[in-house]
Amino acid sequence: MLNEYFIRRVLYLVPVLIFISFMSFSLIYIAPGDPAEIMMTSPSGGYDEAAVEAFRIAHGLDQPFYIQYLNWIKNAAVGDFGYSYMSEQSVFETVLNAFENTLKLSVLALAIALVIAIPLGVVSALKHNTIVDDACRFGALLGVSIPNFWQAYLMIIFFSVIIHWLPASGFGHGTDISYMIMPAAVLGTGSAAVMVRMIRSSMLDVMGKEYIQTARGKGLSEKIVIIRHALKNALVPVITVIGLSIGFLLNGSVVVETIFGWSGIGNLVVDSILSHDYMMVQGSVLFVAVIFLLINFFVDLVYVWANPEIRYDKTS
Amino acid sequence: MSDVLLKVSDVSVTIPTEQGTVHAVDNATFSINKHEVFSLIGESGSGKSILGQAIMRLLPLNAMFSGKVELGGMEISALSEKEMQKVRGKIVSSIAQNPYLAMNPGIRVGTQVAEPMQAHLGMSKEDAKSRTCQALKYFDITPPEVREREYPFQYSGGMLQRAMVAMGTAANPELIIADEPTKGVDVLKKRNIAAIFQKVASKGCAFLLITHDVGFARAMSDRIAVNYCGQIIEIAEKEPFFKEPLHPYSQALLDAVPERGMHPIPGPSPSMIEVPEGCRFHPRCPNKADRCLKNPPVVEINGRCVRCWMYA
Repeated sequence: MLNEYFIRRVLYLVPVLIFISFMSFSLIYIAPGDPAEIMMTSPSGGYDEAAVEAFRIAHGLDQPFYIQYLNWIKNAAVGDFGYSYMSEQSVFETVLNAFENTLKLSVLALAIALVIAIPLGVVSALKHNTIVDDACRFGALLGVSIPNFWQAYLMIIFFSVIIHWLPASGFGHGTDISYMIMPAAVLGTGSAAVMVRMIRSSMLDVMGKEYIQTARGKGLSEKIVIIRHALKNALVPVITVIGLSIGFLLNGSVVVETIFGWSGIGNLVVDSILSHDYMMVQGSVLFVAVIFLLINFFVDLVYVWANPEIRYDKTS
Repeated sequence: MSDVLLKVSDVSVTIPTEQGTVHAVDNATFSINKHEVFSLIGESGSGKSILGQAIMRLLPLNAMFSGKVELGGMEISALSEKEMQKVRGKIVSSIAQNPYLAMNPGIRVGTQVAEPMQAHLGMSKEDAKSRTCQALKYFDITPPEVREREYPFQYSGGMLQRAMVAMGTAANPELIIADEPTKGVDVLKKRNIAAIFQKVASKGCAFLLITHDVGFARAMSDRIAVNYCGQIIEIAEKEPFFKEPLHPYSQALLDAVPERGMHPIPGPSPSMIEVPEGCRFHPRCPNKADRCLKNPPVVEINGRCVRCWMYA
């Protein structure tokens, strides 16, 4: 049953992937500006027709649209997204490299988000309508409302400028966690704020269920009632929010990456758009979309795992 | 009396709400003997379930409790929450009305049935599991090894009801509080529930049946208590009660069942917030007199209790 579900779910991915690849390819194609002209324009403003034509032929830009698309998709299927017009480097390698950086940041950010959100959400629900709950909700509201860039600058001012604990920006050697703490904290607290509110309302809902009273009636301690009987059920609807958060984190935050000088995927996409590096834009947009799809797919699987009713339903 | 299991003395519960204070239970006093099936009957919304929750000490957080509950000689109304956890499920256990709401949808049935054994009998996971299989088999849930691993939604309603009874009796409690076990259940299922309860009762477990189902109470009980508007207005052995109910409300209640012609009780059910002065039934009572505006005494006649001026 589960295998059948799994296979069907994988098959659903195919048409979506085709659609996404078409969109990411054509969106850039219909955007204004001819890459050949832009690339061949000299700093003084003029360009040589012959050189532009040569560039077009060299990069296949003289072919009809659908041929270009099919060529691109054929190569993309085996991991060849072409080469950057600007740096002449492999798009796939560049994207992968940037994604690796974003991934590191995202994992830490998600860990921070969950560590903050789950206890706060649960406490907020258990102490609902008390001063503790009010404080949690106020904190969550702040977290949602404070813009990322402002929080980032406040943290830099405090942790870098005043107490000199953390580097203000930069990348270190990629393994130096001190560079990751602030950007991950900014991203993580933003996600946590949304999750706290979800977990609180979901937990409140579950704590009012009759089976919680049954569990208490069996003489179980309140701790076991909350953790074993309430929390697991309360987290099921939160999985969706967590999945969405992961998706957004992995797609990179341009603002946070720019402020902290982090060369992640968000920065890469924006830089490529600004420099009309079409191969790079197409490649990274497709990559990001595929990551988003895979995360959603994974979230569905977690859902199935968490909800036995889906797991055992023969018809779905 | 050494064979008294549960002794409820002067228990009152009020619950503040936005509309006013609900007088859910007013000076409830009764006792249940060991091995006895005791029914508390009355209309829905008359505070019966709250009384059950008060005994289990699982009232809503804002409810105000006063009075004394003794169980097996221990004053459980004075226990700390921690000590009370050792009583719930072990000495007194409750069985809820709707098994689909009362069982956790995300946990295997076997695990849920085994929980009281692990919590109270100090059983290991393996021991509790094999004991659970025995219990499921005892209640005709077969094959137990397969059923134990299933989730509530995979069970039929009747089967889940039996699993819930298996769960309630898992740690061999001396008293079971069953809240509306036959609500919304057809005649055939009702018969099954009666059969399961009798099976449990035959092993020496006492019952407090909270029900609005007079027929079910009659089939099951040794003694009957009638609840009206938060007060117990009559307590009697089953046979004399059904032969000759004393309180006018008991008489009206029995006349309202289909076998006796389905005569409705005149007038609306009273508000639980602004309760009638004096005897709470007097606005609907055919025998009302001036004295009924004062609180009626609880009168003892031939081992029966009735709260009515007619017998004073």
